[in-house]
Amino acid sequence: MNFELTYRRFSERSILVEWPQEISEIILKDVLFYKNSLLSKHSESIVQVNNAYNSILVIYNHTIDNVNDEILTLKAHYIDRKVVKKEVTKLFKIPVCYDEEYGLDLVAISEEKKMSISEIIKRHSQSIYTVYFIGFLPGFLYLGGLDEQLHFPRKKSPRLQIKKGTVAIGGEQTGIYPNASPGGWNIIGNSPIDLFLPKKKEPCFAKSGDKIKFVAVSRLEYDDIALKVKQGLYTIESEVIDD
Amino acid sequence: MIEVLKAGLYDTIQDLGRMSYQEFGVPISGVMDRYSATLANSILGNSSHAAVLESVIVGPHLKFNQETAICISGADMNVTLNNLELKTNAVYQVEAGDVLKFGTCSYGCRSYVAVLGGFQTEIQMGSRSMYKGVTAIYKLNKGDILPILKTDNFTGNSFSSVKIDKSHFQVQEFEVLKGPEFEKLDEIEKQKLFNTTFSISKDSNRMAYQFDEILDNSLQDIITSLVLPGTVQLTPSGKLIVLMRDCQITGGYPRVLQLTEKSINKLVQQFIGCKIAFKCLK
Repeated sequence: MNFELTYRRFSERSILVEWPQEISEIILKDVLFYKNSLLSKHSESIVQVNNAYNSILVIYNHTIDNVNDEILTLKAHYIDRKVVKKEVTKLFKIPVCYDEEYGLDLVAISEEKKMSISEIIKRHSQSIYTVYFIGFLPGFLYLGGLDEQLHFPRKKSPRLQIKKGTVAIGGEQTGIYPNASPGGWNIIGNSPIDLFLPKKKEPCFAKSGDKIKFVAVSRLEYDDIALKVKQGLYTIESEVIDD
Repeated sequence: MIEVLKAGLYDTIQDLGRMSYQEFGVPISGVMDRYSATLANSILGNSSHAAVLESVIVGPHLKFNQETAICISGADMNVTLNNLELKTNAVYQVEAGDVLKFGTCSYGCRSYVAVLGGFQTEIQMGSRSMYKGVTAIYKLNKGDILPILKTDNFTGNSFSSVKIDKSHFQVQEFEVLKGPEFEKLDEIEKQKLFNTTFSISKDSNRMAYQFDEILDNSLQDIITSLVLPGTVQLTPSGKLIVLMRDCQITGGYPRVLQLTEKSINKLVQQFIGCKIAFKCLK
């Protein structure tokens, strides 16, 4: 299926390609397919392709002299898009401790929604989330797939400091803070894993298109995993999925 | 090596930045004014990728513990070497024990110190550019040690400085392209973008420049999409934000304008309170 895409110059060295304005997995798949197809072409002039929900930014290594020519080339490539090497998609199981010690806003969400804390945890940890892209902070995963019953508005005034590993809900989204940061999302738990390791070749374990599932762990299990992470002995449980 | 005797307002080591890691949410970073930093490196004979020291408004005091050569470009911060005044855009030989002190800023606001071969601080993801959470330190502090290369065949001072075009520091009109959401603005809002004189607000830094003026804004937020340094966003409260080198890779505010690379290099030499305007390129 071919989408109706719009192409426009973004900066002197980049062109923005946009899909229809909606968030969907079908669009994400096409975004990633086209992106990988462009990258596998080994074009000398395209240095990088970044993606978000429904757009890619094609960055060139030189000023684009004739935008219309480049756009025609990109359009032709979209029609002929193909990927030589299929990307492996993985499902990662992320341990989360939802104890009240970490889940600072669970009581407030529970009271507001008239839903028990255990029901909130159950719903949050049973969904399978899609990683749309990584942004906001290094290693911050933009996840789609939050249970509608758990949608909850951001806090009016953000907290000045949110702990590393915090799992939170902001509007229709859920996410994990890879490092301590200010933040306005509602805190429901904490994960002991590292989401961003700058010294590693692949600093983040997940990429656009991968899947995430949260697994509730006790405080004891949390401490055990945290220790293993510190010693470099913890591997995030994952499986290859075929989609 | 070089020792930081006294830190300035916000000194960092920067090169041309970190490409290829945006897929992990890592900003590009790098020198704010590429024109001036590249000038310092090229006068010294360095590669344009050599890491330089960037300072803003108030620079540091540095002690050299080995010989090298330096060149200072960008803002003129009345720098002295052993209390002798230095010219910008000139090469100076430095001996072990020499002390370099930044003074008050007479024009521009970002200054670049290049050393022979470039600063040799840690490389993370292919770049020495300092950024919180990526490099071990994100700005220089008193007592920090900056490694540099050993040099033995330096030919001496140049005694002359390269003349530069001062308009780089004096421009008030900045060339922009229309951003992806520009056409969604109504005619009055479009005109206001180009007819308003904007004052750079105190909340301006390596991540973004902001302005005090408030515009009418009828636009809805967009589905989080891609941004670059130089992207001008219009917030729901009507404030304009120009994203800078340390910006995130995505954003949800409408992108109304995009600064040209030249305009970014010039805007970062303008400080809090300066008045600026945008001029649309065809």
